[in-house]
Amino acid sequence: MNASRLLLAKPWIWSFAATAIVWLVTILFTGGASSLGLSQAALTFAAFSVIVGIGQMFVITLGPGNIDLSVPSTMTLSGTLALKLMDVQDGMILFGLALSVLIGFLVGIGNYALIKLLRIPPIIATLSMSFVVQSTAIWSNRGLRIKPPQSLAEFTTSSLGGIPNIALVALALSLIAWVLLEKSIYGRWISAIGQSTFAARMTGIPVDGTRFVTYILCAVLASVAGYLLASFSGGAALNMGAEYLLMSIAVVVIGGTAVAGGNSNIPGIWGASLFMFLVVSMLNTYGFGAGFRLILTGLIIIAVILLAGGRQSAR
Amino acid sequence: MITAHQRQEVVAARGIRVTFGAVKALDGADLVIRSGECLGLVGHNGAGKSTIVNVINGGLTPHEGTVTYGGKDATHGIATARANGVRCVFQELSLCPNLTVSENTRIMHAGLKGWAWRTRALKLVEAQLADVFPGHGIDCDSTVDDLSIAERQMVEIAISFAGANERPKLVILDEPTSSLDAGLAAQLMTYIRRFVADGGSVLLISHILGEILSTSDRVVVMKDGRVVADRAASEFSTRTLVEAMGNVVREQELHHGQDKRLGTPILSMPPRRGRGLAFEAYRGEIIGFAGLGGHGQTQALLDIYLSRNSNWWPGRKEELAFVAGDRSLNGTFPLWSILKNLSIASLGGLSSRSLVDRSREAGLGETWKKRIEIRTPDMDNRILSLSGGNQQKVLFARALATAARTVLMDDPMRGVDVGTKQEVYDILRSEAAAGRTFVWYSTEMDEIRLCDRVYVFREGAIVAELVGDQITEQNVLASSFTAGEAA
Amino acid sequence: MKLSSATVRLIIPAASLALLLVAVFYMQPRAMSYTGLNLLFNLAVPIALATIAQMLIMAVNDLDLSMGTFVSFCACVAATFLQTSPAIGILIFLGAIAVYAAIGVVIHVRELPSIVVTLGMSFVWGGLAVLLLPSPGGVAPGWVRWLMTAKPPVVPVAIVASILIAAITHFVVMRSSFGVAIRGVGGNHRSVERAGWSVIRLRAATYALAGVFAVLSGVALVGLTTSADANIALRYTLLSIAGVILGGGEFVGGKVSPIGAVIGALTLTLAGSFLSFMRISPDWQIGAQGAILVVVLALRLALNRLETREKTR
Repeated sequence: MNASRLLLAKPWIWSFAATAIVWLVTILFTGGASSLGLSQAALTFAAFSVIVGIGQMFVITLGPGNIDLSVPSTMTLSGTLALKLMDVQDGMILFGLALSVLIGFLVGIGNYALIKLLRIPPIIATLSMSFVVQSTAIWSNRGLRIKPPQSLAEFTTSSLGGIPNIALVALALSLIAWVLLEKSIYGRWISAIGQSTFAARMTGIPVDGTRFVTYILCAVLASVAGYLLASFSGGAALNMGAEYLLMSIAVVVIGGTAVAGGNSNIPGIWGASLFMFLVVSMLNTYGFGAGFRLILTGLIIIAVILLAGGRQSAR
Repeated sequence: MITAHQRQEVVAARGIRVTFGAVKALDGADLVIRSGECLGLVGHNGAGKSTIVNVINGGLTPHEGTVTYGGKDATHGIATARANGVRCVFQELSLCPNLTVSENTRIMHAGLKGWAWRTRALKLVEAQLADVFPGHGIDCDSTVDDLSIAERQMVEIAISFAGANERPKLVILDEPTSSLDAGLAAQLMTYIRRFVADGGSVLLISHILGEILSTSDRVVVMKDGRVVADRAASEFSTRTLVEAMGNVVREQELHHGQDKRLGTPILSMPPRRGRGLAFEAYRGEIIGFAGLGGHGQTQALLDIYLSRNSNWWPGRKEELAFVAGDRSLNGTFPLWSILKNLSIASLGGLSSRSLVDRSREAGLGETWKKRIEIRTPDMDNRILSLSGGNQQKVLFARALATAARTVLMDDPMRGVDVGTKQEVYDILRSEAAAGRTFVWYSTEMDEIRLCDRVYVFREGAIVAELVGDQITEQNVLASSFTAGEAA
Repeated sequence: MKLSSATVRLIIPAASLALLLVAVFYMQPRAMSYTGLNLLFNLAVPIALATIAQMLIMAVNDLDLSMGTFVSFCACVAATFLQTSPAIGILIFLGAIAVYAAIGVVIHVRELPSIVVTLGMSFVWGGLAVLLLPSPGGVAPGWVRWLMTAKPPVVPVAIVASILIAAITHFVVMRSSFGVAIRGVGGNHRSVERAGWSVIRLRAATYALAGVFAVLSGVALVGLTTSADANIALRYTLLSIAGVILGGGEFVGGKVSPIGAVIGALTLTLAGSFLSFMRISPDWQIGAQGAILVVVLALRLALNRLETREKTR
């Protein structure tokens, strides 16, 4: 009784419940024939949203106004340059990864430098940054589609014990993020800043330093996601990050992270990412088009924010 | 004629009681304002001045008591108060900074509707400004942002006195001269006399007692949420007013303060705004920041804290800890448990390799729960489940649990019940005896008297330093009220 | 006469537009003609209208992330219903404007972050647009086409329209009582409330008015492109925000300028043409837009610093 109430009090439980329902409904329609394939596809595609979403969640946790719009362009640039550097050679895989992490670092530093130096809201700073990053990606891409190294492509598309490797990577990253968030001093700091920047400053928290690290973290995760996505899909495309702009924010919000900051939730991101993918496939199996899918996504986001907002005002 | 005016009540508040949690902000206060008079309202911080102003202007509904406008009962609220000609100039500026002076006039006066309202608004505010502050030189087409603080205050006063269709009956002025120089203040006082002579009424709140005495017909003194004196202004002098505000009986208590200035100061700050005295703190001292609220004490504490704390790198070891007051600068993290709120400032000592050790954290929580008696069954409960006083205790424990040698306190005991206060005072004394230094801004005289040394603030600077036996309510009041008159 | 800060705030956008125009004329003297100007500013009208819509939302301290998809949706409606059965088309537009007002009310009453609510709405509008036009198509109504391709004497229609938009919105937002109240909500909503205004009604009206301008933007866009598709105006979310900022507007505090916003939109339109004249490779055009944004913001910061220093002196 007590345990179930405790479970119900967790905001992420709802996204998982919704995911389970949608999964069942989809499976029912197909008569159970595709349950394994659907689950694997869901895990794979959710994994990319999870990796990007975690970074965005760290930023959103910093409080109102904090958001990173440079995520999609960072993904594109990282995927493009990493594949170019690796040039289909298996020996270069780690160098490629290192390059994409480096790109994440630079973008993150650039983002926070703009926020701090120009004193502009993160939304405009990261937007300006994303223009520059996107241009760099376009310039370096030149319409060439370089294939990923053989073993990297195999790694990203195969699975281990029925679970896609990509999902395992996302799981490992989630675990690290969870430890950071729940166990480390840094996690306490970003949560404190999100609840009240002033109070955080007055308890001796280095607010600027913490925010700086957080923006870097978000950009690095976006870079890694871009690296993996480009390898998974057999090459980098200029618009490969596009859908992850809204997706990264949506999974954070649906996953139960407080939009007002201070409260974040990693299991919820998994629930929300799986849910978002499964809603799409459910609507597809039932023959609904992209239009309905989008409308439903939007209505879900608004419903979630209305419910979550109500929870806060009731306090 | 004048007696007829005086009989007519504009606003009458009777038997008003307002409580905020455990604190009685107003405890059966009566305030009647009649037409054709200027009523002066004085009292120390927390005496209930702002609360009764909020009751009269409709912003706050009293828990007990009646408010009538023009002798008639009506539903309480901002709309009723406005409809009955009550206007209020607030202490914090309430103009829209992005609009021009005449646009602000439009916002405040619903009567300026229709075509060519700009011309009419401009005319209205210009005429009123010229009336109150002759030769003011303010361009009424300029944005409020572009005006100086004094000019903004002048504009706000003029807008409140102006009448588009109907002139206001009662104008409440809360510290109207706080940013005006002597000449402008004198112009305002002259205008108030003229306004009152024409049958209007004014409620004047000011910490400059000379203003109150020279401008008011009647003075009401408040203390601890009650009206303790209500007499004609001519029956008061500066000295008797100060006495009426204070409590002579309690002066008999023993002073704890003693001069502990030994060795080199561990904290210091040059004179603020280039005038007044410098600040110094020595080991084991309890230093009080006294004076009227909002005269720069909080800012001084913030400056001391922020100048010694990097915004970019975590400090090696905490040198200072800060205890926030419960007003605008609340220091709690509302989403967190009591324990997390308590431990946030001392995480460095509770963790290994940047990971927080939960059992050591819980241990710290238990220690302080016992030591400072936080009344909760479980330290993992939300901080908001605690009463205000207990939340404040947690903030105290947060600072005391650190290794900081100096603790800065920004009026932390405001609104805390007496029992809790005594417990905290005991802890403060023992910590100070153990060598910790406290810098304590308090708006309560009882707390100021617990200090070893007191700096009195006025208009952002330290104007007096009191040591040991000199720390009396009389001396603090005298420095915070009358120092400005001499200047 | 002393310059007011509002005037000062207009100087930078106006100067950057003038500078850009001079640079374009220098590099491509043929642009200095009726057809040249028409080509340069062709797309300015819908962008200016969307920027005005965004500016209204920003005047009450909110942000509309659904602007792009909403303008796309309106363009789709204009190319389908408005063309085939105008009455239904107009009804749809009225409904959409009502939804905008409702969003304003919801954001105000529940104190929700406008960014997230409008993010959700952007999916909804996008979905509706896809339902209307799954693939590019539709036809612009004849009168819209005629209006947008009209050839008034001396000055091209894009410039006439921009001046008209700036003048009308300047009157509504800067001169009327309603506009003063809107900006008052952005500046200090508590004192507006204390003075007896209904802030919730003001917010609803602001959102509705923003909806009106966004609808006009969609219609104007279809008039230029003759057909529509569901993704036709996705860039407008970011363009409109950038336009307001370029035009001297601020994110909070109700500091907006309709004339500035229109100038900002013209600048953004011209920047595209300028970059292609500069023979900057198309790869770098988006990046250069980002760089221009950063440079303008840096300039403004410098100007603000100068201003405050003078004030404190």
